[in-house]
Amino acid sequence: MEAATVLEMRGITKRFPGVVADDRVDFELRPGEVHALLGENGAGKSTLMNILYGLYKPDEGEIALKGSRVSFASAKDAIDSGIGMVHQHFMLIPVMSVAENIVLEVEPTKAGVLLDYDAAVEQVRDISTRFGLVVDPNAKVEDISVGQQQRVEILKALYRGAEILILDEPTAVLTPQEAGELFSIIKSLQADGTSIIFISHKLNEVLEIADRITVLRRGKRIDTIPREGATEDGLARMMVGRDVLLRVDKPPANPGDVVLEVKGLNVQDERGLAVVRDVTFSVRAGEIVGIAGVEGNGQSELIETITGLRHADTGEISVGGRRITHATARRMLDAGVGHIPEDRQRLGLVLEFSIAENIALHDYPFPPNSRWGWLFPRRLAQRARELIKEFDIRGGGPQTSASSLSGGNQQKLVAAREVARDPKVLIAAQPTRGLDVGAIEYLHRRLVEERDEGRAILLVSLELDEALSLSDRILVMYEGRIVAEHGATANEEQIGLEMLGGRRKEPAPA
Amino acid sequence: MSEPLAPQHGPQPDEIAQEPPATPAARLARWQDAGGVLVPVATGIFAFLIGGVVIAATGHNPIQAYWDIIKGAGFNWLAHPWNTDVATTAAYNFSQTLLQTTSLILCGLAVAFAFRCGLFNIGGNGQYLVGLICANWIGVSFVNMARPAHILLGIAVAAAAGAAWAAIAGFLKATVGAHEVITTIMLNWIAYWIGNYVFLQGGPLQAPKNVPLDVPISADVVPGAQLPVFWGIPALQGLHIGFFIAIGALVVFWIVLNRTTLGYEVRAVGYNPDAAAYGGIKVRTNYIRAMAISGAFAGLAGGIDMLGYLHHFGTIDVQATSIGFLGIAVALLGRNTALGTGIAALLFGGLVYGTTHGLQSGVIDPSLAGHLTEIIQGLVVLFVGADVLILAVWNSRRKLRRQGRVAESGQPKPETAS
Repeated sequence: MEAATVLEMRGITKRFPGVVADDRVDFELRPGEVHALLGENGAGKSTLMNILYGLYKPDEGEIALKGSRVSFASAKDAIDSGIGMVHQHFMLIPVMSVAENIVLEVEPTKAGVLLDYDAAVEQVRDISTRFGLVVDPNAKVEDISVGQQQRVEILKALYRGAEILILDEPTAVLTPQEAGELFSIIKSLQADGTSIIFISHKLNEVLEIADRITVLRRGKRIDTIPREGATEDGLARMMVGRDVLLRVDKPPANPGDVVLEVKGLNVQDERGLAVVRDVTFSVRAGEIVGIAGVEGNGQSELIETITGLRHADTGEISVGGRRITHATARRMLDAGVGHIPEDRQRLGLVLEFSIAENIALHDYPFPPNSRWGWLFPRRLAQRARELIKEFDIRGGGPQTSASSLSGGNQQKLVAAREVARDPKVLIAAQPTRGLDVGAIEYLHRRLVEERDEGRAILLVSLELDEALSLSDRILVMYEGRIVAEHGATANEEQIGLEMLGGRRKEPAPA
Repeated sequence: MSEPLAPQHGPQPDEIAQEPPATPAARLARWQDAGGVLVPVATGIFAFLIGGVVIAATGHNPIQAYWDIIKGAGFNWLAHPWNTDVATTAAYNFSQTLLQTTSLILCGLAVAFAFRCGLFNIGGNGQYLVGLICANWIGVSFVNMARPAHILLGIAVAAAAGAAWAAIAGFLKATVGAHEVITTIMLNWIAYWIGNYVFLQGGPLQAPKNVPLDVPISADVVPGAQLPVFWGIPALQGLHIGFFIAIGALVVFWIVLNRTTLGYEVRAVGYNPDAAAYGGIKVRTNYIRAMAISGAFAGLAGGIDMLGYLHHFGTIDVQATSIGFLGIAVALLGRNTALGTGIAALLFGGLVYGTTHGLQSGVIDPSLAGHLTEIIQGLVVLFVGADVLILAVWNSRRKLRRQGRVAESGQPKPETAS
């Protein structure tokens, strides 16, 4: 067979106890193409790529590289055959330099045993110029940005002679600007003849970068289509198996009284550095106020302070007209602040607890959940059953532990608990992070519904698209300050600049 | 080329692990992963097997030795339980095993309760000693008090003393973040030296009248403060009603953890303090409270041992006390649950009494006999601590086997397709 394909996977089947992760999946990759692998969480994308990378053995099916059948016993075999993979979580050693990380395990040596560091730096420089991936070989990995760490991972694969590069959800950790840079890197690699498999569940990215798109759903390949003619709606339907409402369809806001008011708030972190600086804003009943910003610009600390998990230095917080600065988490809950935290597994849920116990996390001390310190598990279960039904939480009953739910259902569980408490203010921090299209659609719709019920909603999102499409007003946060405010029709490019501390082109409205 | 492999139960990718288990087998696997009964049972069996190797290494027959221990612990009495006459060896031995079990249950609960709040209470021994000393003080004082009141007072003060002692560690953790492992170990030493001081010649609790002044030993608890014996003869260390207090404590432990808001908070903090704080739970308060409750169990153990069968104590006894440490093994083997702690306490109770009374010095070296309990205790702690390690070894072995299978089927040489 002529090498019209560099890689062909045929009839790949992989079973795990109780689940068929991949069911007779075919996949082929042409030389120099970017081939996107699209599917919801659990569709079998990562399993398929882990098989290609030698981490799993397929139960059935075969793999051919440049027309020759291969079988990998480990990732090392795959690497030796010219396959490189950049995982979602980087496998770098933070305290070592960029060059040391790249040459690790295939180091140039002096006298057979000693690392020839200068040669390593030289080789890394060479390869980074050749592919146009700029990194400082001498910098320590822990000191460089996430986007640069990703470049180091890509260089690591190229250094080992990768001709096929697998990128597993590469933009999940990047800012919009970094993602843009990644895309130009992908294009230059492609021009150089590298074939790239791009795993994603983000439709717009796939349409921007891919030549062809293969959609997986529940372990089955649905179709492989060229980018030309593909649409977001069409791809979403293939992914989910039904029509999906992608754009948030919301009527204009009908704001009422100010419910949450923050005035001149200053917060320091554990090291005494100012992380929230002189922040003033308010959220009215019936509106969604979005906070846009790159991760680590004080959004998390701002929310922790409003919810009573962090101490404010100066400033005021009022809920429903009552000043309750320096309140405890309990007091804030009782004052009507609901909080969907950004990290549902660390903060939002006790994973070992059952669904019923998690739903009672705020209200366990009150009737009807308990009386005189006596807990009523049957009441907890009954309440859980109601919310499971209302919020369509799938994957278990009241006694199922939260850890066994999928990410989307865990998030629904958190949202169910917070919304069902009937809060005056609902703070949603990255409510759709890591979720698939179906769950995102649900949560977006729900947030708009809650807004129309008259709640004040404060939304923090690192996804500018999300912040823009949901919010009635947008605040941009940079280095702990609110640097700009925009109405419902905001300019995405302008906000992107402001998120990076760029100069304002127009004065922000007061 | 395809490798026909059986479905593997290896580590699963995240996206699969998040799916609910669809088959009974998958549910069983998850249940075992979560620490079902198989893990502690295997741990126990493993510890006893290696203990057997130690016995064999000294040139004795381990099966015979274990049989002697079983008989020495009176477990053979269970074959004819209608004969409660303590004049028979089996019944007497079993009553003595239950006597040990009584204090082991409470010492085990002391460790288990703290554990459920995410705290490692190493201080059971100190809390036990503090409770025991206070019970001795109450028991030799207030001579004219009515018996039920005197007993209740003694037990209450012992439990309160243990609670206060442990709460110090909880307080230090909550306020300055001092690690409870360090502080409870230090508090153990302080309790140890207090014990040495109070029973030493001229010490506040050393008996001035009953015995010559040069014996560092306390006076006997007055009969009006001694717990009633319900099985056996009081003079022969009969089984006292403290046994029922211990059984009751198991029930209370379960109810508090599973049926009260206090237990809900303890478990939430133990599993995930960040999420607990987010839920509005005061994490620091819970650390102090859980340590206090934990210490109350250990103090209670000291109190009922003193009022139940020890009646007096001396400096040598203080130095030999290690039952609080045995509580760690009991709790770990019992997976910090009420039922598990009860069963593990019975096992260790039998082991403690059986090794000291079942093994004849002619058959087994007496020093080995006495230390066998401690060897097995150490092995249990080791294996429980290492069960993660054992699982890892198990998984890597499986991976090796898988690779071996690939190697056997020949080097995967690239073949030309079509």
